[in-house]
Amino acid sequence: MADSTDQPLVEFGNVSYSVPNASAPIISNLNLQVRLGETLVLLGESGCGKTTTLKLVNRLYTPSSGEVLVEGKSTRDWDVIALRRRIGYVIQEGGLFPHFTIARNVGLVPSLSGWEEQKTNKRVTELLEIVGLDPNRFAERYPRELSGGQRQRVGVARALAADPALLLLDEPFGALDPLTRASLQKEFAGLTKRLQKTAILVTHDVREALLLGDRIALMHAGEIVLLETPKGFLASQNTKVRGYLETLE
Amino acid sequence: MNFWHFLQANWPELLTLIRQHIVLVIASIAIAVFIGVPTGILLTRYRHARNPVLGIANIMQTIPSLALFGFLIPLPFIGGIGTRTALVALVLYSLLPIIRNTVTGVLGVDPNVREAAVAMGMTDGQVLRQVELPLAMGVIVTGVRVATVIAVGVTTIAAAVGAGGLGVYIFRGLRQYDNNLLLAGALAAALLALIADFLLGLVEQQFSFEGKRNRVTSVQRVLLVIIGVVVVAGVVFGLRSRPTNQTASSENRVVIASKDFTESIILAEIAAQMLEARGVAVERRFELGGNLPHEALLSGTADLYPEYTGTAYTAILQHTPIGDPHKVFAEVKQEYGAKFNLEISQPLGFENTFAILIRGNDARRLKLRTISDAVSQAPKWRAGLGQDFMSRADGFPGFSKAYGLRFLEVREMDLSLTYIALSSKQVDLIAGNSTEGRIATLDLFQLEDDRHYFPPYEAVYIFRKAALTPALNEMLSKLSNAITTDEMRRLNYEVDGNKRGVKDVVKEWLAKK
Repeated sequence: MADSTDQPLVEFGNVSYSVPNASAPIISNLNLQVRLGETLVLLGESGCGKTTTLKLVNRLYTPSSGEVLVEGKSTRDWDVIALRRRIGYVIQEGGLFPHFTIARNVGLVPSLSGWEEQKTNKRVTELLEIVGLDPNRFAERYPRELSGGQRQRVGVARALAADPALLLLDEPFGALDPLTRASLQKEFAGLTKRLQKTAILVTHDVREALLLGDRIALMHAGEIVLLETPKGFLASQNTKVRGYLETLE
Repeated sequence: MNFWHFLQANWPELLTLIRQHIVLVIASIAIAVFIGVPTGILLTRYRHARNPVLGIANIMQTIPSLALFGFLIPLPFIGGIGTRTALVALVLYSLLPIIRNTVTGVLGVDPNVREAAVAMGMTDGQVLRQVELPLAMGVIVTGVRVATVIAVGVTTIAAAVGAGGLGVYIFRGLRQYDNNLLLAGALAAALLALIADFLLGLVEQQFSFEGKRNRVTSVQRVLLVIIGVVVVAGVVFGLRSRPTNQTASSENRVVIASKDFTESIILAEIAAQMLEARGVAVERRFELGGNLPHEALLSGTADLYPEYTGTAYTAILQHTPIGDPHKVFAEVKQEYGAKFNLEISQPLGFENTFAILIRGNDARRLKLRTISDAVSQAPKWRAGLGQDFMSRADGFPGFSKAYGLRFLEVREMDLSLTYIALSSKQVDLIAGNSTEGRIATLDLFQLEDDRHYFPPYEAVYIFRKAALTPALNEMLSKLSNAITTDEMRRLNYEVDGNKRGVKDVVKEWLAKK
């Protein structure tokens, strides 16, 4: 792990990604640095390439050209299993395993990595407390017995299990009702600061971007059109940005 | 005998058949799961192989089961007769639902869940074992459930290759016009299917991770069981009453029926062509199973079919067999007229009696000529006997007693398969038909019935009195004593041995006459 804050945790260098038989590349010539400890929001409409960008980081996709560096090392050179176990991943509705108990869901990566059972159990208890779920009540339940917001908390706990430096979040709060979403967003903001996590978060919700992002990357048609702090984003005269901000008024 | 008394009398045998049936089904499903699930998993990994493999499994299922058994008998290693052949066929039938549901189940796992598993850093094997297979298990069990219910049904056909099971009762019941046998076999098989379905349904529920659906499925299950019982009952009783829903023949049209073996079809075709030559319209209703032709005549849906006096005397009139051909003929004629209002033609000139057959090689090597000669060899031999011969009064029980015969093993199997079984040395002695064409082609030797045990089986036509016309009368008198045993064997051989069409063979023979 790099100890200098100048060294980006994730770096995209001229990255393009395309699939066969598609007219245009999904990502074209993307350059981006994600600094240690920051929360970077990828904001954009459906199909703009923000989720693809996220999946290039833990090599669910491999770049067609260019390099994605994680901790200074190209994802091509990482052992893909080791890379993924170092990165927390949260998706909509949590993507929990319906046949695992909550405890087994949360403890998945530690047990895959060969932790002792006792250590894993202790970690699971700790994590459920961190995300605000009573371990005694929830550990032995199944995902179907939980509400959407509770499942999402479990999804975050699972991503944090092996104490990764980096979290990837793909519209984690998208399926929740507005009240639950607002409270989870606030808790999440506090959590990442407290645990000093670096996070890349994908959303199409400009409120969420402004609330959670240290920086916001606005994406359109596979390119970053603007990369700004929330303050700079609000001040921008870019027509797309103005369009987003009008929805807030 | 009513059904209850029948069950009391045959309980031990029925239990044995049920046990054989269950063993066959469980063994074949176990093998099919062992092959089918890994195959299905591979197909989810190699999508190019998916369609060809599923296509082959699909074709397997469309092969009629009796034909499949026929293909398997001459094959080395997997073929032969008995349990092994039945297992091979059952496994082939069970594979499709198991493979297909494994593929569907694994591919049907929520892509988000699969992606989460990959993104957590699971290897392909871990994704398969910890996520895909557990989540697909419900669908896979459904496939096993479907395969099991199918296998319970197909296993009834296994009786045709001597593997036992409830098919023994069903086949025998059809041939002997015996509702008790038929009902016992079919009901037991239907119950087995329902029980298997219910139990595997419970297993299936254990793999439901979505919840909230159990109540609905139990209501559906009750419905399914009711539907299943209705369907099974419908099939059983529909089979019995099939000929009655056809229209009766009108004056200048004759409906000719035959049984489901070559000689009966040839004799029926001879009558048909001779009548057609006289300008009579003929409707052919050939290859009816068991005693359906007799039933068709009784219900007026057919006018004429070829029969044997011995069969009429013992199987239909239920008399104890006797040896005097004239007496048999006279009594059949008299009783058929009185009981059924049916007429018997003059004998056609040949007998189709049981022929006790061995391989020609064995006959020459051991210098065997008569059945009595063979008694000393029998304890070293396996006998392959048709269901008919096994069960009827004048068949195996009386026959073995009359000659004091004891075999190393007696296998009950489909009659037409016994010839192949004998020539391929699966068995050493069979009870065939004396006019069977393959006796010559397979170099089989007929042992002489030196104690005159077998009753006379003279070929005749049986017809409805109402159907007698001048044309029919003329045809019957022309055919009186017109066909010798040798000629009948040759006709049978033309069809069975030379694989020629019945119509051509009969046309040629009539032209020569």
